[in-house]
Amino acid sequence: MSSRELPDAVETVIVGAGVVGNSLAYHLADQGREEILLIDKGPLPDPGGSTGHASNFLMPVEHSKEMTHLTRRSIEQYDEMDTFTESGGIEVARTEERMEELKRRVQSAKAWGEKGRLLETEEVMELVPYLNEELIVGGFYSEGAGTCDPLRAGEIMRERGKELTGGGLVVSPNTEVLDVHVENGAVSAVETDRGTVAADEVVIAAGLWSPKIAEMAGVEIPLTPAVHQMISVGPISFFEDYEGEISFPVVRDMDTQMYERQHGNDLEVGSYQHRPILWDVEDVPSIDEAPLSPTQPPLTEDAFEQSMADALEMVPDLLDDPSAGVRHEIDGLLSQTPDGAPLLGPLQDVEGLWSAAAVWIKEAPAIGEALAQWMTRGWSDIDLHGSDVNRFYEYGNSEAFVKNRADEGFRKIYGIVHPAEQWQTSRPMRTSPFYNRQQELDARFFEAAGWERPQWFNSNEDLVRKYNDELAGLLRGNEWDSRWWSPTILGEHLHMRDHVAMVGDMGFGKFDLVGSDVVEFMEKMAVGRADVDVGKTVYTPILAENGGFVSDLTFARLGPEHYRVITGGAVAGSDRAWFKDHIGDADVTLIDKSESLCTLGVWGPDARNVVDSVTEEDMSHEAFPPYTAQEITVGEVDAWAMRLSYVGELGWEIYAPAAKGQRLWDVIAEAGEEYDIRPVGMGVYGTTGRLEKGYRLYGHELELEYDPSEAGLTFHGVKDADFIGKEAYAEAIDTEDAATLCTLSVDDHTSSAGERRFMLGNEPILDSDGEVIVDDHGRESYVTSAGTGPSVGKHLLMAYLPPEHAEEGNGLQVEYMGDRYPVTVEVVGSRPLFDPENERIRS
Amino acid sequence: MNVLACIKRVPETGSKIVLTEDNQRIDAGNLGFTMSPHEECAIEEAVGLVEDHGGSSTVLTLGPEEATEQLRTGLAMGIDEGVLLETDGSEWSPRETASAIADAVDGEGFDLLIFGNESSDMANYQVGVRVARTLDRPCVAGVKSLEIDGDRATAKREVPGGEEVYELDLPAVITVKEGINEPRYASMRAKMQARRQEVETVEPERAGGAGSFEKIELEAPEEDDSVAEILGEGPEAADAVVEMLREDVEVL
Repeated sequence: MSSRELPDAVETVIVGAGVVGNSLAYHLADQGREEILLIDKGPLPDPGGSTGHASNFLMPVEHSKEMTHLTRRSIEQYDEMDTFTESGGIEVARTEERMEELKRRVQSAKAWGEKGRLLETEEVMELVPYLNEELIVGGFYSEGAGTCDPLRAGEIMRERGKELTGGGLVVSPNTEVLDVHVENGAVSAVETDRGTVAADEVVIAAGLWSPKIAEMAGVEIPLTPAVHQMISVGPISFFEDYEGEISFPVVRDMDTQMYERQHGNDLEVGSYQHRPILWDVEDVPSIDEAPLSPTQPPLTEDAFEQSMADALEMVPDLLDDPSAGVRHEIDGLLSQTPDGAPLLGPLQDVEGLWSAAAVWIKEAPAIGEALAQWMTRGWSDIDLHGSDVNRFYEYGNSEAFVKNRADEGFRKIYGIVHPAEQWQTSRPMRTSPFYNRQQELDARFFEAAGWERPQWFNSNEDLVRKYNDELAGLLRGNEWDSRWWSPTILGEHLHMRDHVAMVGDMGFGKFDLVGSDVVEFMEKMAVGRADVDVGKTVYTPILAENGGFVSDLTFARLGPEHYRVITGGAVAGSDRAWFKDHIGDADVTLIDKSESLCTLGVWGPDARNVVDSVTEEDMSHEAFPPYTAQEITVGEVDAWAMRLSYVGELGWEIYAPAAKGQRLWDVIAEAGEEYDIRPVGMGVYGTTGRLEKGYRLYGHELELEYDPSEAGLTFHGVKDADFIGKEAYAEAIDTEDAATLCTLSVDDHTSSAGERRFMLGNEPILDSDGEVIVDDHGRESYVTSAGTGPSVGKHLLMAYLPPEHAEEGNGLQVEYMGDRYPVTVEVVGSRPLFDPENERIRS
Repeated sequence: MNVLACIKRVPETGSKIVLTEDNQRIDAGNLGFTMSPHEECAIEEAVGLVEDHGGSSTVLTLGPEEATEQLRTGLAMGIDEGVLLETDGSEWSPRETASAIADAVDGEGFDLLIFGNESSDMANYQVGVRVARTLDRPCVAGVKSLEIDGDRATAKREVPGGEEVYELDLPAVITVKEGINEPRYASMRAKMQARRQEVETVEPERAGGAGSFEKIELEAPEEDDSVAEILGEGPEAADAVVEMLREDVEVL
């Protein structure tokens, strides 16, 4: 029968018809894809995945800008489809500690342009009269929160997709994927129990089954099914007087990690408090074998016991209604990733294969839209870098890692998570050859992309005493501000500025690019000119076609047809994907040296004295000028070095084979003894040194939503060669910036409680009237990076400011934990606050 | 009055039944366990009778330690006491089960024993009747309506074209069918309290001997994999229906 046959070939196959797949199908159609096949092994409208059992509420305010903006955009879409009810939402606090966290929620709401305010206990009770007043210290009110109907929204989006494509979108439920065919490293077809469909683009939107589909193509999607326990209690007579699905705000009882929300005459009670219960995807039953649905196994009752007690305590009147019973109770299965964020984007080892997995109801429509934009034009309106599936590339895809981090991460849902909080499990994962030496020096390790990197060294504590006078006003008394922080970082910083320091390993991504087309290729990728002399280094923005940032990195030309790209560890996976994706038919080979080469930075006024004493080569200014690279021999170690600095000092990044890394460390350490060389941590490298120099960091200052002109990174001008984003970049230079990246300093740290407080980043910037500053593109001004500049004696903030506020000396305010602090614009643009002429680097 | 409801721990139904590799059991890994639907009604009936007439209710099962979970469901629904006749989990024959239950309840002063009409896994239809026979009490099976008046009970059951009405003296045994009542959902607080309540555990004697069946193996019925296809909606579907009848079914 014709209606059951699949097309022979389509442009795009989407595996999974949950809310994500439906949204993606519609938005791809909207972006111009004409032949799309949407399949699911389950029936429609509810194929049996997580979409079918979610509690369907959307609380837009998160500490992540990306997630907040995706949720806001999703609410707009649900609303436009008439599948959204604005009920509002309240996060209630049972403790003073939580109230502090809720102040931070208000802060994030303002920074990301959402409504949000604190409530007194009485105000909570007015909005939700059935709570237990005695338990409540206060609340955070998110007026824009509400509930949605993702199944209905899915139907609408499928219908719209069919209409837009004139029937080119084919939807095939009850169709199981048996294999994904890959030829020459590219996806070629999807084999199902109803036939094989050729396609060179396949999206895995299969929820918690996504790893199974990925495995068919020989790649990995790092997620695990995890239980979220949920029950429904009704009929509750109190609700009989109210029409419709929901008449009261959704309540999150944050301190018990639970929520309670009205659903008609029922109250849905969900919990993230129970012990983590992780499943193997192989154990998830088929649709036939599951009494309710594959993702709704029976409730594990003993795990839910405390949750019941807590819910009864918070909502006693409703839950003790004599007419009400537990009508529905499940161990709802959802997708848990190692860091809790979605897994989106191209899977770099198979061309044409995309992931759209681990997405919550609240962000799904917007993710469908953003991913469709990414697939069709190479960039999305909302930057998805925090959700890039490639962030786990080469380190975080193993089952053991996923389970460990999922277990740990599950406990953080609704938790009070410090922005610098470190993961505890699956560590150490990637260690540099310096690791043993650093342990001997009592390093405090932080992790980035699996790399163990010293944040500071406890062996340097003496420097805090040494620089006691300089640091007097910069020490943090408040526990939250100083959590995951040490004053030793500031001591290390000043020591580096006065003497010399060694930093390593930074966990960089290091890719060699070789081939006869490599010059042309590098020109295409970078804003900076690539056809430079061998031995030159170039720091450059990497842009998308819209002129927004995909990355910023440094490359060096090692030979006529040989470049080395150095990029941040956390973005190494996605940068690698971006480069690989653009190679196409060109004769360019990417060789990943991230794990085979180690990096040791030596910086400070005495850096040359130290390095020169142990190298065979002449390290003088003339023989080794700034921003160049050479092969050198350090003691017994053959290495390669670039003379540049992210901390604004004379010195080199020395690259050596990992096997010789410890020898390199020892040679430098020994040679440096005379100059009191100290190993210093990433606290100096990534924050204090960087901010004093105004250096930008991808993911903080640099992202798709800002261009190089706004970021103050147009020093390359517009080169003759074509490159990705050239047109938008040139236009951005010619147009007045809607906002300019500025460096600000905090004038007064005193809080309303009389305590000295230090901002940590992501705080909203307010004008003198206390209004959040918004630029002409609707972007709020917020602190992109915060950190102390010991050499300038100030706490520094970076923020994009619109022209009327971007004036040096201008006074503004920053909101932090419920208080407002006066700040001054120190620098407009990228001029360094410390050593503005870069004399140190050039010395 | 004192009422006893007897229940059995059975795999949840409502989806494809998978057997263990030795074909001796249902693989309930994905299903979970519950009690038979008729027995939920037995519990509701027992709770309702005590609510109306006073007295006390007890829920009893014969099964492995895990069957305590089903007893707690009964307790959460309003039953006062729970009794587990604990076994090693192997399937006891109706005769063995009935004998053990009769031993346990004899002399305990129950005015009424309520069973489900049949269990949803083995469906032997025997245990209630056998217990009545052993204790020499009147018994009506398949009851869809029950009224108590003093020491007399009126039980009704459906037959084709009408219903049968029985009057019987207490103490008595009845087996009930779905529809006799609407089992309540346990409240959250009751569920919580039930989890903490002590359940009496008794080690029953396994009678064995003549009259018992021996299970050889289980066999899953063949799957019905026919697919329903919607040819269209409203008058627009007519052409497709005609084509189907002509081309595929070949009746036109």
